[in-house]
Amino acid sequence: MLKRLFRLIVKELQVTAGDKKARLMLLVPVLLQIVIFPWAATLEVKNSTIAVYNQDGGPASIEILQRLTHTPAFERIIAVHSDGALQDSIDSQQALLALRLPADLSRNLQAGRPATVQILIDGRHSNSGQIASGYVSQILQATRSEHGVRPTSIVNIRNLFNQNLNFKWHIVPSLVAIITTIGCLTVTALSVAREREEGTFDQLLVSPLTPGYIMAGKAIPGVLVALGQAGLIVLAAIFGYGLPFTGSILTLLMAIIFYGLALAGIGLFISSISANQQQAFLGVFSFMAPAVLLSGFVSPIENMPTVFQWIAWMNPLSYFIPLAKGLFLKGFGFADAWPFLWPMLVIATCTLSISLSLFRRHIA
Amino acid sequence: MNIPPSTGAALEVRGLVKTFAPGLPPALDHLTTSFHAGTITGLVGPDGAGKTTLLRTLAGLLQPTEGSVRVLDMDPFTQGDFLRDQVGYMPQKFGLYEDLSVLENLVLYADLRNVTGEDRERSFKQMLAFTDLARFTDRLAGKLSGGMKQKLGLACTLLGSPRVLLLDEPGVGVDPISRRELWRMVRGLASEGLTILWSTAYLDEAELCDDVRLMNKGNIIASGTPKELMDQMRGRCLHVANLKAQRREVLRKALHDPEVVDGVIQGANVRVVIREVGRFPDLAAMEAGPDAVLVEVDPRLEDAFISRLGGVHGGDSALAAVTKPVELPASIDPEAVIEARGLTKRFGEFTATDHVSFKVSKGEIFGLLGPNGAGKSTTFKMKCGLLKPTEGQALVMGLDLKFSPSEARQRLGYMAQKFSLYLGLTVEQNLVFFSGIYGLDGQQQKEKIHELVEAFGLRPFLQTKTVDLALGFKQRLALACAVMHEPQILFLDEPTSGVDPVTRREFWTHINGLAQKGVTIMVTTHFMDEAEYCDRIALIYRGKRIAMGTPDDLKGMVVTPDCSNPTMEDAFIELVLRADREREAKVSQ
Repeated sequence: MLKRLFRLIVKELQVTAGDKKARLMLLVPVLLQIVIFPWAATLEVKNSTIAVYNQDGGPASIEILQRLTHTPAFERIIAVHSDGALQDSIDSQQALLALRLPADLSRNLQAGRPATVQILIDGRHSNSGQIASGYVSQILQATRSEHGVRPTSIVNIRNLFNQNLNFKWHIVPSLVAIITTIGCLTVTALSVAREREEGTFDQLLVSPLTPGYIMAGKAIPGVLVALGQAGLIVLAAIFGYGLPFTGSILTLLMAIIFYGLALAGIGLFISSISANQQQAFLGVFSFMAPAVLLSGFVSPIENMPTVFQWIAWMNPLSYFIPLAKGLFLKGFGFADAWPFLWPMLVIATCTLSISLSLFRRHIA
Repeated sequence: MNIPPSTGAALEVRGLVKTFAPGLPPALDHLTTSFHAGTITGLVGPDGAGKTTLLRTLAGLLQPTEGSVRVLDMDPFTQGDFLRDQVGYMPQKFGLYEDLSVLENLVLYADLRNVTGEDRERSFKQMLAFTDLARFTDRLAGKLSGGMKQKLGLACTLLGSPRVLLLDEPGVGVDPISRRELWRMVRGLASEGLTILWSTAYLDEAELCDDVRLMNKGNIIASGTPKELMDQMRGRCLHVANLKAQRREVLRKALHDPEVVDGVIQGANVRVVIREVGRFPDLAAMEAGPDAVLVEVDPRLEDAFISRLGGVHGGDSALAAVTKPVELPASIDPEAVIEARGLTKRFGEFTATDHVSFKVSKGEIFGLLGPNGAGKSTTFKMKCGLLKPTEGQALVMGLDLKFSPSEARQRLGYMAQKFSLYLGLTVEQNLVFFSGIYGLDGQQQKEKIHELVEAFGLRPFLQTKTVDLALGFKQRLALACAVMHEPQILFLDEPTSGVDPVTRREFWTHINGLAQKGVTIMVTTHFMDEAEYCDRIALIYRGKRIAMGTPDDLKGMVVTPDCSNPTMEDAFIELVLRADREREAKVSQ
């Protein structure tokens, strides 16, 4: 029977990567995403504009302006000379942030008194505005402390694992997870639906192959595709984006296999409830979007409502993304990875057995 | 180029050439013909003869490479805007929206054809009455049977009252009863003065047309009324009757006779077409038995068609030649290689198959017939293990498919109507795959593939993608894949749907050859001439087996003074209607 399973796998790979067009379909989306994602999905604020109404003109204000000039976040500083112009710079979207330095700023600071500074943020870009205002606050804080105003406490931040807070270091390992999700789901969910449409599925069912073998014949190629695509992204991450890979390669392989199996189970589940490729495609998408959102990729799982946190625990992506990051940046070995590996294995077991029973029932 | 004055024909083409790609033979090759208003003209020809290309050109969808096209005395390419309302085109797969209801589909097509207001109300009422779909207006189009889909497609095409109807194989996948209804509808339209073209690969359908064009390789090889074409064959069609020997063996030998150009099985007899009137084949060489006689029978359109194409020669199946005779283990009853015991399938409240029983013996060809949606497919699926029976047993060589599926399945071969092959794989990859999942490997696998490739003439196409194969070769490949593991039982689900007569002859030569080797064969079909090849037939209607017997038995059941020599189709329709009458009688009691 193993030889027959081998035939099934070879057939599946021939179908998915047999001709040039099919191979391009597997590769091009991966390459595109490797190129686009890290540059486009960035939360860093760079090259924006700040408007400053300097009513003070004293040493403190000059100090602040010089520090702003040297921040990569602000490429341009517009000097305005009235409150109206300050407001207008935000309204007309000339500046992301507007800063009013009051006339008594330097005087107050020199006297050791607290000083007030007004920051206007463009609410239409609330996210990047807040991040930029964070940068400004840091500058203000530094200026204040250098002028002898003692802050209540001093926080020195040192970032572990990604010292320079390079956003790409954060994005690219997550990509390993997200891109392989698409590949693996397509192979499992869509290919069963395609066989059903073309009638070849019945041809498999009348053969001596049992539903278990037929499923394995779909799941294993799915995992192989996941391995191939993930490998490609890992290479691109190391050689293209210069990420360090500090963990264990073997553990990474194991992680991809477990993750691939969990996905294959989901893909086969989708395929066993959809009648054609169109439905399977919709199924893949209705899984993908929430899975990415509930994985902690976009926002931390801990911030979500409790019910959503439960769902996130059942999401294989919630384990694979932190694991990938750990393997790249934190030097994860097998022991560190285990807390992430076993849930994926449990999820894989569940999804695969559910789809197997659905498969069986479908035949009955 | 000078266009000669119009001849008054509704549709006219002159010197029509259509080439799709340089290097390929043209799909239409200097074709000249015309079609008249108020007639149904049958376009008949094998797959790839150019029927669809001609229809699409007339519909203004394809620009001809050369030649002229006139539709209602207009040019479909420069005056297409006006003609659009005048021409109704129904492609092979009419674009019904399967997720919309019958009524929603009608509304959509009415909107597209700009049929509004009172006009719409009137034509909907008319169409629904005409198609007898009024009861099903809320049903999703996807849930309709094949025949009902075609009727709805025709209704959508008829919205806006076109004057020309171009129908591309409307009869494919439609059972005899629905086909008769479809035909009645189209006949009514013709009497209203519409010009109708009906393309088909089935000659019995074409016999009903007023006028026929036999097409081959992009040209017309014969035209005339069916009667004219059939009369040319008079005296050349014979039954070899009173056979003592196996009729399949007689057919095989008859096809070797140089005087014979075509031969099929018809009931207990073998029907042959001879080369020339009066030059009879040698009965002794056929070993038909001492009582065998030749009886002249009425010609059919199919005879004219096959003989124009050069006839069929040699009744030997290369496949049967490489097939080992089936030897069953002593424990298996040769009278019950396949057995259904009270086979029942319920889907919720609905009983699709209701206590159907039958036995099929070794080397027998057993046919399952029935109207669309009558439970024939459900029964068939249970027999090959694709569906689990709710009640009863499906036995294959004594093994219950429910309990030992893998073991039982290893012994059966299955060929589905759509030739379920991996279209993206090459011919060789398909052969390797299907033999592989049945456990063939190594040298044995190589030899088997080699044998079948030679038997089916697939050698030149080994590296060809299956999707690019011509339909006839796809069918050969599908059969090759189904018999690779030398199954003792072969299940064929509408195996020749949409295939032309010549290819069908070849296919049945193989099937007959396999049956002679002892392979037990179960087949479903909508085509009555195919039913004639069966040793026995079970007619399934409303989930029940309403009749079973040899083709001649079934015909015998419907003999009346009015109809002394019923055809298989007559038998089919009469038996179904009789079952309806009995049911109604019971209900009214």
